Amino acid sequence: MWQALYEEMKDRGFVVITVALDKTADDARPWIEAASPTHPSLIDTRHVLAELYNVVNVPTILWIDERGRIVRPNDVAFGADTFRHLTNLDSSIHLEAVRAWIRGDAPAFAPDQIHAQQTLPSAADQRARAEFGLGQWLWAQGRHEAAERHFVRGGELAPHDFTIRRGTMPMRGIDPMGPQFRAMREEWAKAGHPYYRPLADTAGRA
Amino acid sequence: MFTLIEDGTIHDVDATVTNGRVCLSHQALATLGWELHPEGLCREGLCIPVPAGLALETDAGVDLEALAKALDRPVAIDVDEHAAYLGVSAGERARALKSLVAPDFALPDLSGRVHRLSEHRGKKVLLVAHASW
Repeated sequence: MWQALYEEMKDRGFVVITVALDKTADDARPWIEAASPTHPSLIDTRHVLAELYNVVNVPTILWIDERGRIVRPNDVAFGADTFRHLTNLDSSIHLEAVRAWIRGDAPAFAPDQIHAQQTLPSAADQRARAEFGLGQWLWAQGRHEAAERHFVRGGELAPHDFTIRRGTMPMRGIDPMGPQFRAMREEWAKAGHPYYRPLADTAGRA
Repeated sequence: MFTLIEDGTIHDVDATVTNGRVCLSHQALATLGWELHPEGLCREGLCIPVPAGLALETDAGVDLEALAKALDRPVAIDVDEHAAYLGVSAGERARALKSLVAPDFALPDLSGRVHRLSEHRGKKVLLVAHASW
């Protein structure tokens, strides 16, 4: 989905790095091969990125400048409108913003604006990630029943963390697009929580 | 033997499980880089006082749950599987993110080649987390 943007802008000192939070490289392979990216396209079975950047759902995007500083914190954006009927997000808003940033036509956020929009991990988030880490290791050892306990516990500790609640479904033999996911998403919406939480300007509310 | 995973690094350590509690040997504690002294938990000459009333030291060794509490770090324990995961505190992660320095990482691509974020210093990076689910 991001290959076209990368091809368009790569000569302007820009790179896309995609990271798949999947249980195995083989789960991510068909998606990556279909996109045939020429930018780094990485596999993250242990959710290293989620731990470091407090990622709680996919897709999550961040902008990082030439000095290695975060200039747009965790945001939700798609590279195309394939899932717009489900997400209600117009991908062109973020694509235009990112192009303007790369060209230097528009500055990214100032540090105080970044801080105001950052979501920092809570103690419960980090406990949930420890449960995920233990569960993922047990699962990779073939100890699937034990892993299940920790994935469930992680989801209870951080119910907004869909990298745990939905992301572990494939390890637990649950269809992540199936009825259990739909029920989870409906229950979440009924409790008044959005499933995707884009920053205001990306959502077209700036 | 007990498997203790510390933020992704796997240690096989000497620990005992009694009555649902995991107690680490002092050697296991040293594997994590800590020593227990009268001043508290010490690492590289710096000591963290042990909160009063926290039963860190037991006859069987250092209580893992109490250790995590003393270090303000999250822990997940599976006594049946003889395994635990000691994570990173919310405070440490929050401080790192608030600094706005993008945390570096090393992850493989489909061919197994490892890439680091820091290799791309000097470029603007769009970092995208996605998944098949």
